[in-house]
Amino acid sequence: MNLSSKTIEYIERLLPRYPQKRSAMLMVLHAIQEDAGFISKEAMEWTAQKLGVTPIQVYEVITFYPMFRQAPIGRRHVKVCRTLSCALRGAYKVCDSLQESLACGLGETSADGNFTIEFVECVAACGSAPVVMVDDKLHENITPEKAPDFANKLKSETPASLPPSRH
Amino acid sequence: MLSERRIIFRHIDEPGYTTDLACYQRSGGYAVLRKAILRKPEELCADVKDSGVKGRGGAGFPCGLKWSFLDRKSGKPIYLICNADESEPGTYKDRQIIYKDPHQLIEGLICSAYAIQAKLAFIYIRGEMFEGAKILERAIEEARAANFLGDNILGSGYSVDVIVHRGAGCYICGEETGLIESLEGKRAYPRIKPPYFPAVLGLYNCPTIVNNVETLCQVKHVLDLGGKEFAKIGVPTDSGTHIWGISGHVVRPGYYEIESGKGTVRDLIYDFGGGPPPGRSIKAIIPGGVSMKILRMGEKFKVKLSDGSPAEWGVLDIPLDSASFGMCGTSLGTGGMIIMDDTTDMVEALSNLMAFYAHESCGQCTPCREGSLWLKKITTRVCSGGGRLEDIDLVKNIADQVAGRTICAHGEALAWPCQSNVPKFRDEWEEKIRAQMQDREHGAPATNRKGVRLV
Amino acid sequence: MPSVNLVTINVDGRDLQVPAGMNLIDAMAKHGLEVPHYCYHPKLTVAGNCRMCLVETGLPMKDRATNQILVEPDGRMKIGWGPKPAVACTTNCTPGLHVRTHTPVVQDCREGVMEFLLVNHPLDCPICDQAGECKLQEFATDYGRGYSRFVEEKNVKPKRTRLGPRVTLDDERCILCSRCVRFCSEIVKDDVLGFTERGSLNTLTCYPGRELDNNYSLNTVDICPVGALTSTDFRFKMRVWFLKPAPSICTESSVGANTEVWSREGKIYRITPRDNDAVNDCWMSDSGRDLYKSVESPLRIDFFAVDNGKCPADKALARAAELLKGGRVGYIGSAHSSLEEQFLLWQIVKAEPGPVALVRHSRSGDGLLISNDATPNLRGAFLTGLLRDLPASNLDDLRGKVETGVIRTLFVVHEDLAALGFSDDLLRRVNVIYLGTHANRASDLAQVVLPGQMVFEKSGSFINQQWRVQRFFQAVPGPAGTAPDLQVLSQLLARVAGFAAPMVSPDSLWHQLAGAFAPLAGWTWESIGQQGRVLDASDWAHVPFGEGKSLHFDPAALTAVKAG
Repeated sequence: MNLSSKTIEYIERLLPRYPQKRSAMLMVLHAIQEDAGFISKEAMEWTAQKLGVTPIQVYEVITFYPMFRQAPIGRRHVKVCRTLSCALRGAYKVCDSLQESLACGLGETSADGNFTIEFVECVAACGSAPVVMVDDKLHENITPEKAPDFANKLKSETPASLPPSRH
Repeated sequence: MLSERRIIFRHIDEPGYTTDLACYQRSGGYAVLRKAILRKPEELCADVKDSGVKGRGGAGFPCGLKWSFLDRKSGKPIYLICNADESEPGTYKDRQIIYKDPHQLIEGLICSAYAIQAKLAFIYIRGEMFEGAKILERAIEEARAANFLGDNILGSGYSVDVIVHRGAGCYICGEETGLIESLEGKRAYPRIKPPYFPAVLGLYNCPTIVNNVETLCQVKHVLDLGGKEFAKIGVPTDSGTHIWGISGHVVRPGYYEIESGKGTVRDLIYDFGGGPPPGRSIKAIIPGGVSMKILRMGEKFKVKLSDGSPAEWGVLDIPLDSASFGMCGTSLGTGGMIIMDDTTDMVEALSNLMAFYAHESCGQCTPCREGSLWLKKITTRVCSGGGRLEDIDLVKNIADQVAGRTICAHGEALAWPCQSNVPKFRDEWEEKIRAQMQDREHGAPATNRKGVRLV
Repeated sequence: MPSVNLVTINVDGRDLQVPAGMNLIDAMAKHGLEVPHYCYHPKLTVAGNCRMCLVETGLPMKDRATNQILVEPDGRMKIGWGPKPAVACTTNCTPGLHVRTHTPVVQDCREGVMEFLLVNHPLDCPICDQAGECKLQEFATDYGRGYSRFVEEKNVKPKRTRLGPRVTLDDERCILCSRCVRFCSEIVKDDVLGFTERGSLNTLTCYPGRELDNNYSLNTVDICPVGALTSTDFRFKMRVWFLKPAPSICTESSVGANTEVWSREGKIYRITPRDNDAVNDCWMSDSGRDLYKSVESPLRIDFFAVDNGKCPADKALARAAELLKGGRVGYIGSAHSSLEEQFLLWQIVKAEPGPVALVRHSRSGDGLLISNDATPNLRGAFLTGLLRDLPASNLDDLRGKVETGVIRTLFVVHEDLAALGFSDDLLRRVNVIYLGTHANRASDLAQVVLPGQMVFEKSGSFINQQWRVQRFFQAVPGPAGTAPDLQVLSQLLARVAGFAAPMVSPDSLWHQLAGAFAPLAGWTWESIGQQGRVLDASDWAHVPFGEGKSLHFDPAALTAVKAG
């Protein structure tokens, strides 16, 4: 498990702030994933030990919350909102378009390892629908017309030197 | 022409307005806290109760009344949790407050914590708001440095700290007991009530209040004006303002803060939203987040006005206050209004929502867990060419078997769209399915595509 | 029995007296009224997730100002019925609680929940072990609609997972009631099970790399209302409707967990716990369930023998009596013997006196249902007078007497003398009369071998660590060639004491027991009852048994034991 010392220090500082250690679960898992890109079995067990719970109690949480993953994904995590307001304004067409432009299937990682495309549920930005999140950034008003340019810009900003997405 | 009354959103999108403390204080920020911290907590609670302000998270429960349920005799620490898990589709008002005016939330939070004598406060923010969490952390740091937060606030003897806690992608964490479970580091399974009423057995089984972001901001303004003055805003049964966020098929989607009861749906959609796209007409609206019952354009509602006289409203005539929507068999919920025009396939629209609810169901109790996925499977099949006429009643009937039988309101949330969409758009369902039956008779496969499409 | 505060509730128009604050499901069960449920279990915390126990509830309405209960014109209380049905498992009985269970709403609730549970449930009844004792089957028949409207594809989940060494999991059958998760967490305090994924894809899981391997894992199989958790040992072996249950007691330790032994045509197929709220609630250990396996061991002694030659019973008993009457006898009794058997042994000792020893078999207790005394009836030996002090875990004293020739004949019940330090040479020098169920070195070298029967093959009683006398009943006949130990001992006693041996049964022996020992005065075999009966053990209050706590046993609280 290769967590940076910065991450470990952050976690150590965080735990005492909570009345019960276990409460820090989501924050610890976020810290681990934003460091390593995913949560390994080793990290799960380390977290369990740190929080005074059993490993199954960490595993349960990771599989419940969609933001956590147990394996690395592409360099850019492309998340297209599919819920009603975005769908009404063309989200599905946007997703199709992005899949084509980025050469990546829905729910998959592209062959070159650059992109992972997923549908996500409402991101609370319905006024600027359709919206797409890429890693930790929200991109608004990505209409079907704008999708190809958006994809191209994204491709140009994704060098092969980037590690798998941290978000 | 209806105008906004920007109380909560006064500074949202104001040119030059930034999220730092200095800017907030230049506009009078933390003046309310300075006043409030000198008063008795009971007085603050009385103000909130007098104001009649309702929670803005969707349930519309009177805030002061909720606070009065707190168990103050147990000796256990009291917790205040700000529900910033904004996930009800159609809703995006809390995002604006967090990203553009965080100190307003923090001031409202600290005042509320003081009023209920909370030992510790949390802001549970949805995980997808990465930047929002950072903005809140910075604002909290600033507030702490200025002694608005932390030990011995402004010399009052009262201390409280705020922890920003990030969620990780669950709608059900917006349910207050689901949130509490999540904050305890577990799967977000809502708790059974009785006995786990948060005001008595909440976080760590201690008395806890969970309030929406906007509600805590409303509290700040209640304390600023005084409860009775605040109650004069809006209408007697629904004081204050509502932040409406319109989306879907309108020319100008966006957020608008409107005094409760001082406008109609027509004003909102046409004056602010610019109406449907050119050449199209409105077919349906969902007033307040997708969980609320849908309204079909052309529906007429026989109502009783506040003076007792009868009236008849069309959808566009409905005044923008909670009782009015209640009389029309729906609710304004979170104020996230979604407009659907005549290009919308209503069956697809319901299918989109059923997929949402099936994905977000925590899975704890039988009706929601099985009902939500079953409804998703049926509506997906109907949208893929495999519909049967009996599916129409089946969808409504399954929803009837879920609503009122579950641990939490996710049951009602998934049932209400079905219970309203199916009867109100029955003609569309029948037409669509009959066309499919004809296609199948002529050899078309029962399913001809995967997934759900809308446009 | 402490008096309970009773309140009046009204169920479907009938007034019922129930203990105040009792859970509604339990309260109605006390009156023979069933509220169907899955996730509720009286020994676990309430989950309220299956929603099968939904009923209509109402409380008396009160005048807001005066707090007086409002009354209808005909004098009955005005009842405010809840707008939604409520789950009975979280409803506690308060005065005036009104319940309706036969309304269209409740019927629809039950039909709805049944339909939902069956939507993704695989059609496994023909191959599922739970059939015949499955709550899904029972409630579907009693409360279901009778047909399903589901035409989609069912969820697919792992179907045959090894959850642990003794438990197999079929995730598709699981109705996610969480009883097993709560059991492991609350009773065994071993958080090893959990649910992964979300929504309808919720799956019962053990952490990868860990197993459900604690010594109480099979209780999850008992409490699983469906066939999701099954005993790997029992899987596919026998249909439960062919099995006959017999009440028994676990012989693993002095806890004396109550059990049920299931057999068909003389063969045992499984052991499950039997309810006893005073001893083991409804649990038992996994290791205790395995004890029936040795019934069919090739080492079973199913013959009488003299000098290594099988012979008729008469001959063996005559030789044994001859050896006993020859004097210089020592006795090694057993804490595995029933109270009645120990009583007969004591009478033999009285007729032909000699030193008596028992062996202390210890192990580490687990604080739950296994104590540190690995025998079921050590206290019976105290009651019958075979012991006055705690026995040692060795036989050094008695062996010494054999070595010096003080003892020439040993009557051994169910102990492996070789393991206790008796060399072959020593065993050949002394006359051994061996009474036991399984062969060992001592029985191989014994002059007389008398066959014994296992607890499943005979009836009798044990006294557990609470000084509770508990009965066990024959489930299967012993192997051909054996006879109940009571018959063998009584025949031997008759030959030693010189009178004709009557046929003895626990019932008849109890007339003598009640007369012989003061704490049992007035007792009969019947009076022991289904849940056992505690005797006055003040005579042995000084004995330092040294056991730790069990589920329902606290040695510190055992200062003065009251008669039950």
